Amino acid sequence: MSTTTAGTLSPHLKDLENESIHILREVAGQFDKVALLFSGGKDSVVVYELARRAFAPAPVPFELLHVDTGHNFPEVIDFRDRLVKRTGARLRVAKVQDWIDRGELQERPDGTRNPLQTVPLVETIEEQGYDAVLGGARRDEERARAKERIFSVRDAFGGWDPRRQRPELWNLYNGGHLPGENIRVFPISNWTEADIWEYIGARAIELPPIYFSHEREVFNRDGMWLTAGEWGGPSKGEPIETRRVRYRTVGDMSCTGAVLSEASTVQDIITEISTSTLTERGATRADDRLSESAMEDRKKEGYF
Amino acid sequence: MTLLTQPTDSEPAPGAAASAQLATRQTLRLCTAGSVDDGKSTFVGRLLHDTKSVLADQLSAVERTSRERGHDGLDLSLLVDGLRAEREQGITIDVAYRYFSTAERTFILADTPGHVQYTRNTVTGVSTSQVVVLLVDARHGVVTQTRRHLTVAALLGVRQVVLAVNKIDLVDYSQDTFEQIREEFTALAQEKGVAEVTVIPISALRGDNVVEPSTNTPWYTGPTVLGYLETVEVTEATSELGLRLPIQYVIRPQGTDYRGYAGRIAAGHLAVGDIVHLGQGRTSTVTHIDTADGEAATATTGDSIVVRLADDIDLSRGDLIAGADRPEGSRDLTATLVGLADTPLRPGAKVKLRYGTSLVRARLTSIDSLLDIDTNHEHPGEAIELNDIATVTLQLAEDLPTEPYSGRGLVGSLLLINQADGTTLAAGLVR
Ligand SMILES: Nc1nc2c(ncn2[C@@H]2O[C@H](COP(=O)(O)OP(=O)(O)OP(=O)(O)O)[C@@H](O)[C@H]2O)c(=O)[nH]1
Ligand SMILES: [Mg+2]
Repeated sequence: MSTTTAGTLSPHLKDLENESIHILREVAGQFDKVALLFSGGKDSVVVYELARRAFAPAPVPFELLHVDTGHNFPEVIDFRDRLVKRTGARLRVAKVQDWIDRGELQERPDGTRNPLQTVPLVETIEEQGYDAVLGGARRDEERARAKERIFSVRDAFGGWDPRRQRPELWNLYNGGHLPGENIRVFPISNWTEADIWEYIGARAIELPPIYFSHEREVFNRDGMWLTAGEWGGPSKGEPIETRRVRYRTVGDMSCTGAVLSEASTVQDIITEISTSTLTERGATRADDRLSESAMEDRKKEGYF
Repeated sequence: MTLLTQPTDSEPAPGAAASAQLATRQTLRLCTAGSVDDGKSTFVGRLLHDTKSVLADQLSAVERTSRERGHDGLDLSLLVDGLRAEREQGITIDVAYRYFSTAERTFILADTPGHVQYTRNTVTGVSTSQVVVLLVDARHGVVTQTRRHLTVAALLGVRQVVLAVNKIDLVDYSQDTFEQIREEFTALAQEKGVAEVTVIPISALRGDNVVEPSTNTPWYTGPTVLGYLETVEVTEATSELGLRLPIQYVIRPQGTDYRGYAGRIAAGHLAVGDIVHLGQGRTSTVTHIDTADGEAATATTGDSIVVRLADDIDLSRGDLIAGADRPEGSRDLTATLVGLADTPLRPGAKVKLRYGTSLVRARLTSIDSLLDIDTNHEHPGEAIELNDIATVTLQLAEDLPTEPYSGRGLVGSLLLINQADGTTLAAGLVR
């Protein structure tokens, strides 16, 4: 009756893996040209790993797309490039800097480039003619994301209209759309941060080293530990200190905070997040602190 | 009123569960339902809060907004109503998915809207749920929207429903009121064919019987809602079906002989060596089952797998790999539809129909009857409007091996899709 599995995944994780692989195969079956948004962060790495398992022994039938803010952790770029080399994945990089250089985007006063990703993303989707774009967003990250469908229809401007979301029943995913529209697909919608880490542990998935405890020169801004860098920090009155930290999320360096941590293994991290009193975005994302609806507003404009 | 406190060091860690239990922990998927303002989102907020699943930054955001809105306590519905329009209007518009664990189980919870205009979102939440928590306002008891949601739950094959008689604080914790609602609802559930009903008096606002047993209802000796959810054994309608594996995608790496059919098993199970039926009298033998863990000897319902066969047969996405009880292909279909679109569906309408992994052209031949939610009677109708439940006949452009709905929608479920813009018009259950 039961499968002869390696026995490393709990029934809960196995259920999530089965669901995600089903979604990824639906995407391959329903769409012509698909991009998988790949930042080198843990969620996109897990989506890529699921895709690898979904289509083995054939290569992943999606192109990787990295919207590069230019404010990168070098460790993450290095990890990304090594993964591409190892797996033979196709990688396309859309650089926010190019849009700034052409005068089509303007640097923000706070130096953060996270919100600037939307235009390059939407324009690259249009230019490349992607009809579906896979993302690693999870519903447990944020209240507006908790409202997102697995197949999310976006208008020609990439915009999300929460009032017009399609009903999504059973496991029948409807990828139908008008020319010019595209579908954003979130295969790990139902995973939590803890699920991601348990899976990374069980499947021995490699991650950029900044997810684990390391020494770093940081400074404190509004209670968040940021890395010193060209993008603008620290300013006067913000002393640089050396601390043992790790990152819970990876994004634009200017708005992604580190947490003080001694967790150096996946198991340590699972223990650490189970006792944390802050959500991962609350602890580490300045952009979500701007307002109660920051994420919803960004999504309406075409953000993930 | 129960004191709302942040987790402290002496309390169990938020959302944490003994790691020994992690390895075997099962998932329960559930949703809320009920009429507008019956307290569904407050209930979900209460459940999250009292299971210590709310972290300090989320809680302080809710505290801040509650204060700004002039509430005297915490408005726990703000934990789930994630859209600006929802918070401004104090109603839920679309489904919110929340995740939490206790030592016993992991829960995937969909909070659905009660407003009749958003019933399609409720249907979305119910379709993936094993258990439905239906709320009523103790002051109003069973109303039309309660009946509609119970009908949807029964139709979609949910066998376990909790009726939470909420706002029991507003009727002075009256046992009489509770009993009256309980009787009416139990009779209704029986009529709709729901196998198991549990009725619990709660106050989502004050916390009675949600996670903590209440001293305000000494006359109630049953479980709290969480107690029920942690222990309920989910019974599926027993399915005698053999293998059903709709092919999602054919895996053929260039330059090799490998040819595998990828899909998720919708019913039955499968072993290497099994003979499978492929339609038009064709059969073959399973030579390999490939999984995310490598090769396996067997696989069962719910598994995402790749199957390799002994013979070279022309199969592609939309085809079905089945056991000996493979359904005959047919172009005629009787189905129960739930209207999901603002534009009515009329006989003659040309649509696309998704069934499993197939997508075919179809025509709505006739509307045989419409269901009156309040009386449970069927009557003739000209058009299927949003939220209508109708029995219809459909004609397909190609043969499909369809069969009656079972397994909570893994088999026998369909969508009708607008040919022009791709929107979902109706959900259907094959009769
Ligand atoms: N007194 C009392 N009020 C409650 C209780 N539960 C909810 N309420 C109040 O009822 C109102 C509606 O609550 P919600 O949780 O938003 O209702 P809902 O069912 O989610 O509403 P929709 O999602 O819009 O259908 C709010 O003002 C709540 O504070 C309760 O147990 N007792
Ligand atoms: Mg609500």
